[in-house]
Amino acid sequence: MIVNRRETLIGRVLLILLMAVTVIPFVSLFVTALHPAGTYPSGLSWPDHPQWGNFADAFRAANMGKLLLSSILIVLGVVPVSLLLGTMAGFAFGHLRVPGHRIGFVLFLLGLTLPFEGIITPLYYQIRDMGLLNTRWAIILPLIGLFMPFSVVWMRAHFVTMPGDLSEAARIDGAGTWQLFWRVHVPLAMPALSSLAILLFLWTWNQFLLAIVLVDDPAKRTMAGALGAFQGQWGTDIPLLCAGALLILVPTLAVFLVFQRRFVAALLQGSIKG
Amino acid sequence: MRKRAWLGWLFAVPALVMYATFVLRPLLLTVQYSFYDWNGIGASTWVGLGNYRRLFTDSELFASILHAFELILFFSLIPVLLGLFVAATIRGIAQSRLATVARTVLFLPQVIPLVAAGIMWSWLLSSTGLANELLSAVGLDSLTRAWLGDFGTALPAVGVIGAWVLVGLCTLLLLAGMSKIDPALYEAARLDGAGPVREFASITLPSLRQEIGVCVTVTVIAALASFDIVYIATQGGPGNSTMVPGLEIYYLAFSEREVGMASALAVALVVLVLACVLPVQRLTRDGSR
Repeated sequence: MIVNRRETLIGRVLLILLMAVTVIPFVSLFVTALHPAGTYPSGLSWPDHPQWGNFADAFRAANMGKLLLSSILIVLGVVPVSLLLGTMAGFAFGHLRVPGHRIGFVLFLLGLTLPFEGIITPLYYQIRDMGLLNTRWAIILPLIGLFMPFSVVWMRAHFVTMPGDLSEAARIDGAGTWQLFWRVHVPLAMPALSSLAILLFLWTWNQFLLAIVLVDDPAKRTMAGALGAFQGQWGTDIPLLCAGALLILVPTLAVFLVFQRRFVAALLQGSIKG
Repeated sequence: MRKRAWLGWLFAVPALVMYATFVLRPLLLTVQYSFYDWNGIGASTWVGLGNYRRLFTDSELFASILHAFELILFFSLIPVLLGLFVAATIRGIAQSRLATVARTVLFLPQVIPLVAAGIMWSWLLSSTGLANELLSAVGLDSLTRAWLGDFGTALPAVGVIGAWVLVGLCTLLLLAGMSKIDPALYEAARLDGAGPVREFASITLPSLRQEIGVCVTVTVIAALASFDIVYIATQGGPGNSTMVPGLEIYYLAFSEREVGMASALAVALVVLVLACVLPVQRLTRDGSR
């Protein structure tokens, strides 16, 4: 490729600038969290006596151990079931091509752009009538439903590319549809499934609207929902708020840094297909 | 054989049940509620299109929709244009170490909860925050203010938060699209003496139709349906200067107990999103789906 040196240099400078703009808010959050509680530190100044204890205080104040557990429970309730249901439906529409599969698929496609605010009001009354208000089920069950359009469309896109011969061969060997699904197609779908799992984890963990509307007790919410409550309670104590926000960020950041390759790939594919 | 084909639907039934129960049913109920005046507890009265009429005559409600469109400038236009510019500039070094690091760093805002982005930026844009400190440092003291608390700047300030969240995603999506363009095209253009601008206009831009479509779709939905950032950063204030439909629905339904009005606004929001997204999809997709 012919690229001259001046262009390369401009590219580097621009990239570094963009990265700086991306990172500075995180840095600002971090140094602010180290200032003495209750003060109003200015900008990006390193404190004279870094207060590492702020993190411990915020951990206690936000009841972080409980929050982590709650978020994990919600993720465990949402992600595996969504994966299973989405894969099964994607299999039916994309591979089995059941009669009328187009109509079924379009029905899910319609839900792809639906803003959660569009259904939140009746959802509240529905969850109340089911007696699930203020339980984790109030977040888990609707999220599974709300994730169905994306999961089904995503998994269907995978199954459409699977050759029909594969199933023919398995059927000749006497496999029923159920065995065909579990023994042949689910193992082959692992790459698509793991990307989907990452996206669903992220969207569940960061879910805010459902958490604040359907669950009053922050200890039963998702991390993001709990952070909202934390801001309401400690909003005036800037260093403590920053320390709390940072603590709540750590789990997602950790998971992201560990799986970053899969994450970036999943998010890029995710937006293309979504 | 026919019967077995129909049995395949059993695979789709669980997904359909969850979708119908927790999405389609509430969606239909939203439409139904929107024709009633209901406080959520007592009896409801049929008002026909009354709530929708109020949507256009009540200046506060209508303003929330206008605000959502204004946010599109920040959530969509800026990230897409900036993303295009950056991606085109760094295309030549897309394989370098620096670009690999950048891929991780630029994704950070996508991974964190929007709520956290809201908290970070509320602090950066506050009266003693970094934004003002930078302005003072370059002698622009007169411009400093509480950006999120000022009637004139609150909405653009919220927009800046959204732009920060989305610009990395757009840049990386567009860069990924550019890497699929045949390098021979660029070689040929260079040999013909085309400069970077010409190259961008006649090769890069046309090849990126689909990726641009994706960026616009994702960001427009984020702008129209914005909730988390506004809720944290301004709560719709000062006054109603940053009120957006998502937040207004929340307030109407759960504080002011105007369930019918909230539902009408919700229907309007759903329709608005579709009206903006479908044309973009039509224009940028190559009928492959």
